[in-house]
Amino acid sequence: MVNRKDLLGIKELSVPEINLILDTAAGFKDVLGRDIKKVPTLRGKTTVNLFFEPSTRTRTSFELAAKRLSTDVINFSVPTSSVVKGESLIDTALTVQALGADFIIIRHSSSGVPHLLSKKLRASVINAGDGTNEHPTQALLDAFTIKEKKGEIEGLTVAIVGDIAHSRVAKSNIYCLTKLNARVRLIGPSTLIPDEIEGMGIDVFHKMEDGLKNVDVLMMLRIQMERQGKGFFPSTDEYSKNWGLTLERLSLAKDDAIVMHPGPMNRGIEIASEIADGPKSVILEQVTNGIAVRMAVMYLLAGVKR
Amino acid sequence: MTKELMNKNDIERALTRIAHEIIEKNKGTEKLCLVGIQRGGVHLAKRLASKIKLIEKKDIPVGSLDIAFYRDDLNIRKEQPIVRRTEVPFEVTDLKIILVDDVLFTGRSIRAAMDALMDMGRPAIIQLVVLIDRGHRELPIKSDYVGKNIPTSLSETVEVNLVEEGLEDRVILKKLETEEVKHGE
Repeated sequence: MVNRKDLLGIKELSVPEINLILDTAAGFKDVLGRDIKKVPTLRGKTTVNLFFEPSTRTRTSFELAAKRLSTDVINFSVPTSSVVKGESLIDTALTVQALGADFIIIRHSSSGVPHLLSKKLRASVINAGDGTNEHPTQALLDAFTIKEKKGEIEGLTVAIVGDIAHSRVAKSNIYCLTKLNARVRLIGPSTLIPDEIEGMGIDVFHKMEDGLKNVDVLMMLRIQMERQGKGFFPSTDEYSKNWGLTLERLSLAKDDAIVMHPGPMNRGIEIASEIADGPKSVILEQVTNGIAVRMAVMYLLAGVKR
Repeated sequence: MTKELMNKNDIERALTRIAHEIIEKNKGTEKLCLVGIQRGGVHLAKRLASKIKLIEKKDIPVGSLDIAFYRDDLNIRKEQPIVRRTEVPFEVTDLKIILVDDVLFTGRSIRAAMDALMDMGRPAIIQLVVLIDRGHRELPIKSDYVGKNIPTSLSETVEVNLVEEGLEDRVILKKLETEEVKHGE
């Protein structure tokens, strides 16, 4: 059913495609639980991690996913590459392809870079985060985790809390969750909620006390320290006071609610430590599931005769 | 054009005979387990386990195997196969594994299944049960127990319908239109 070369965003995916990725990921999660956590599925293929923005988690997760599928992996990190010598983006990507890459995993600070490269390259391009646009595999692993915990996504109320405007994680999750018929709420200061949200059938709350009532799932976003002092919110203290997740606020959600965070966390700012380490937290499971979901994406993009 | 090769009773009798043969060849049920290849093989493995239980009064563990990750045709398929669950809830090391599939054709699925099992441990022995052997092997693979040998041409397909899939138990031979002719399972 997935008959595409690239994964650029959730926006382009159909509901059956999303479900196929999630079902396939379940098969890979089984593999990750075995003694031999590796399958020969993509033996002989090459994966290049092309990261123009620092990332440890996502890059490591993709690297492990690629290795568990038996592909060879090269990490092409920017400070050591020719990019600093002024090589253009497209030249860098074409060079990587000429080295024999079958998969190019790309992260870039500008929105739309994966889309541009996908048109120039024969290799499969997987978006690992582009600017403020999308981070599709994060949304897929979040959906996988919710499904694993809650059985079904349809009908659940999911609150996404924090800096929605600058968050590609939030954007991909909004596309993904609304496609899967969850009710999505956004909670955050009005300066950090994008205007274009209106008309998408999403409820917006500016106060945690209003937005967290009876939610099934809480998705906390990382507050980006570099936004501080730019007029989006007064200070991290102020942010934490108004939009930080405390035990008291968490008690407004349903008893069986789960708490998610894409990482890295700012403990004590957007999320209290005792919640991050508490029984409702599925944060570490998200990390594990990320490998299975990325394996599923690579598997489904590979080997379709075109 | 379709032709019935086996009906409900034929399938039932073949499985009963195979259950007896498995017990005879392995001198009982010690260390025996059944692993069905998704999907048809899983249903047949469960049926064989209940037949063996009737005869020997012993429960045989049954597992299911999805071979998608071990296939060799990733680059030549138009669509990726749906990945189904692999559930082998026992240690395969030192067990006698009876691998069960519905149709034996090129032998490539069995190769993939054996690789998948080997990644789970080191079985003492692997034996193969198939309901239908339709010939056209592309690998040196042979079944230990067979329901029925059916010579076929490459322009035909064999379909095993089972009640577990909501169909009536039967095996049918179908003639493909020329453009549908495919090589491999």
